Amino acid sequence: MKKHWRYILPLAGFLVMAVLLWRGLALDPRKIPSPFIGKPAPEFSLPLLDDASASLRPGDLKGQVWLLNVWASWCVSCRAEHEVVTRLVREHGLKILGLNYKDETVDAAAWLRRFGNPYFASVVDADGNTGIDWGVYGVPETFVIDRQGIVRYKHIGPVTDASAEEVILPLVRELEAES
Amino acid sequence: MRRAFLLLLWVLVMPAMAAVEVHQFDDPEQEARYKKLVAELRCTVCQNQNLADSNAELASDLRNKVYEMIRAGRTDAEIYSFMVERYGDYILYRPPVKTSTALLWLGPFIFMAVGVALLINFVRRRRQEATESVEEERLEKARRLLEQEDKSA
Repeated sequence: MKKHWRYILPLAGFLVMAVLLWRGLALDPRKIPSPFIGKPAPEFSLPLLDDASASLRPGDLKGQVWLLNVWASWCVSCRAEHEVVTRLVREHGLKILGLNYKDETVDAAAWLRRFGNPYFASVVDADGNTGIDWGVYGVPETFVIDRQGIVRYKHIGPVTDASAEEVILPLVRELEAES
Repeated sequence: MRRAFLLLLWVLVMPAMAAVEVHQFDDPEQEARYKKLVAELRCTVCQNQNLADSNAELASDLRNKVYEMIRAGRTDAEIYSFMVERYGDYILYRPPVKTSTALLWLGPFIFMAVGVALLINFVRRRRQEATESVEEERLEKARRLLEQEDKSA
């Protein structure tokens, strides 16, 4: 009986390590969980991209489910997700606010003209301060905000077809059903 | 010649110098705090670097933020909580002790305790085996001696 332990113990140790390492493979250390999930969306009051005299704040959107998509004309992955973001708006009727992050307004406007503008509006965060307030560290990032103005989900990196259909859309529908 | 060489060196290091940010502090204590904070805050873009070492644009923005907050008279605790509120505990190179990080902090001690226990067990068993085998050998010898005596008698 005692002899068995000699063989079982290393095997058990190996299995524990294997499970932990296997799980580690599936984790992406670049994706930092956002501390804002379940908390009110950070405030800002920023000028609109197409009209610098007008401004918008998250409070203006209370009562609606909306997305905040952080983008910039210099951001290559934003170009990659643009098609998916556009489809979320055109085909599924989502309301997406663009946060134009550390960009030149002229370049940003040209980018939207060239590839199409999926945003109902874009606000300009020229110095990146609002980005810091929202914990943005890698553009593009996408936040889902519910009717009460609470951040419910954050997607880091370009939105893919899979993440749009499997995570974002079902979540938005669920949040829309909440009163 | 020597002068030309020095000039060449100067030109070569120019780009590196341009990247250095110049921060003016009111007193050395503020500067020391700034250096400590940017050394202990992690760059969220390049995760194995702190803010001080990182060349990422966000790291530079966050360094400026730390600088501004120090100049505005905020305490270290306020600056840390500003960062944690936005980026989570991840931004701290020294994670706080709480239930989710208990294993991280206690793990090494647990491993050490297990190791020490195994070592003690191993040493004790060896000592026991050693004494046992010696005694058996002697007993065997004694038995043989006795048997010989029996035969000779």
